[in-house]
Amino acid sequence: MAVEKRVRFKSSWLPWALIAPQMAIILVFFFWPAAQTVYQSVLQQDAFGTTTEFVGLENFRRLWNDGTYGASFWTTAKFSVMVAVFGLTIALLLAVMVDRVVRGATIYKMLLIWPYAVAPAVAGVLWLFMFAPSVGIVSFLLRGLGFEWNHLLNANHAMALIVMAAVWKQVSYNFLFFLAGLQSIPKSLIEAAAIDGARPWRRFWTIVFPLLSPVTFFLLVINIIYAFFETFAIVDTATQGGPGKATSILVYQLYYDGFKALDLGGSAAQSLVLMVIVVTLTVIQFRYVEKRVQYQ
Amino acid sequence: MVERSPVLDAASHVVLLLGVLVIAFPVYLTFIASTQTSQEIVQVPMSLAPGTSMLETYRVALVGGVTSVGGRVSSVAHMMWVSLVSALVIAIGKIAISLLSAFALVYFRFPFRTLVFWMIFITLMVPVEVRIFPTYKVVSDLGMLNTYAGLTVPLIASATATFLFRQFFLTVPDELVEAARIDGAGPMRFFKDVLVPLSATSIAALFVIQFIYGWNQYLWPLLMTTDESMYPVVMGIKRMFGGGDAANEWNVIMATAILAMIPPAVVVLVMQRWFVKGLVDSEK
Repeated sequence: MAVEKRVRFKSSWLPWALIAPQMAIILVFFFWPAAQTVYQSVLQQDAFGTTTEFVGLENFRRLWNDGTYGASFWTTAKFSVMVAVFGLTIALLLAVMVDRVVRGATIYKMLLIWPYAVAPAVAGVLWLFMFAPSVGIVSFLLRGLGFEWNHLLNANHAMALIVMAAVWKQVSYNFLFFLAGLQSIPKSLIEAAAIDGARPWRRFWTIVFPLLSPVTFFLLVINIIYAFFETFAIVDTATQGGPGKATSILVYQLYYDGFKALDLGGSAAQSLVLMVIVVTLTVIQFRYVEKRVQYQ
Repeated sequence: MVERSPVLDAASHVVLLLGVLVIAFPVYLTFIASTQTSQEIVQVPMSLAPGTSMLETYRVALVGGVTSVGGRVSSVAHMMWVSLVSALVIAIGKIAISLLSAFALVYFRFPFRTLVFWMIFITLMVPVEVRIFPTYKVVSDLGMLNTYAGLTVPLIASATATFLFRQFFLTVPDELVEAARIDGAGPMRFFKDVLVPLSATSIAALFVIQFIYGWNQYLWPLLMTTDESMYPVVMGIKRMFGGGDAANEWNVIMATAILAMIPPAVVVLVMQRWFVKGLVDSEK
């Protein structure tokens, strides 16, 4: 694809007028705040905001030595790995099945994709309601089976709750991409393997799954980005980071330290750490996309 | 299919039905809860059949006022209006400014064009969650707290749409520009009469994705709005939680959750074709 147009319009002022709205918004609401974040991260303010002093990398050193922040990192890592693994596995299973069945594929597809439209905050409320220790129907059933569910007290239960809500919401997205990937695999490959006597199970692992690996890798990155940054609402509605700090993922920690604990320097340093993470993930994703474009 | 295998076919349907059931169950339960009274819900276990107070619950939730057990709720209809306005402004705003800047980037040569391109590209990377405090400060300094402008304008800054349109414009044949020129059309005429109509599919696809994005915003409105009349519905739900899960008026909360889900779900199902295209395209 051409990166440049051969034919262009000529005007000295029109292009500037055309990009003006976009530029105004990104300068005011993106570059200025981003610069402020960098600036804030080397300052320390007292609790009343009356004095501000330059402290260099002190805020980062404080974060590094802060056990809570390290714990939050670990929580986020556990959370995102679980969301990615469960979300991808379930979505792949469903996509393979929909790709297989002849009858009803369209209906199944429609019934599986709509949770994408559900807001993360609403997903959190829905799952909270099912698992609420006193009124939840699932926690009631679990109690019947002799399993005392209480995510308000038990850290593992709380983590399981937000993982379930986050996976539930993300499965539809993964499903759509897996299905598109499956449908782009040439049927002749599958037929050739079948003629050679490979059974469905074998065909899946030796042909289909390897051919899906670009999609899988892409979804892995997207799911980690999702778990890191877009699940704030799920955590805030379902567990509020509790019990204790057991489900306080990095974005939640940032929100808590900035808005509840009013530690501006510390939260700016946290913002910078998160920016580095998200830029790294995005660069990985783009390098991969470049590769795919070249080899196809 | 390569071979016929009734057993595997049956197994596939079983897995799919299970999947559909697990995915649908939370919403079914939510709907059931929204039709019961708050006393019926706290009976453990609650009934899985619809209750009788559906109309009453939705009426209270929609118009606001005092519930049967004496709690006060604010009008969800108004919250949905706030959500609708914000989601539309965000979706249409993103599409409009992106069309214009993609047009400038592709069809003109001007100084610092590459710099402008990279500046927009960088914004693609950092989500609003990460730079939330300084952005909040800017909005508050501009006096935009508790306004529609504050809820929407900072979220219109996004590069995805610009790149999508740029990619699309690059595939538009140059002959069209030449033809337009011979017919005496200026750049804006070409933009309006040729480029925008050609982009209709991409615009529809992006609209679906961005409408859902706008409607589902949570953290940003949570910081931006302190005035009840500016709460969008997705965030308003959170404000309905009182203390303890038995004390919550679950029926009203659940009715609100259902109401908050309907508009984006309708958009996805009605515009399914564009939705899938939009998802796939905006990730490229």
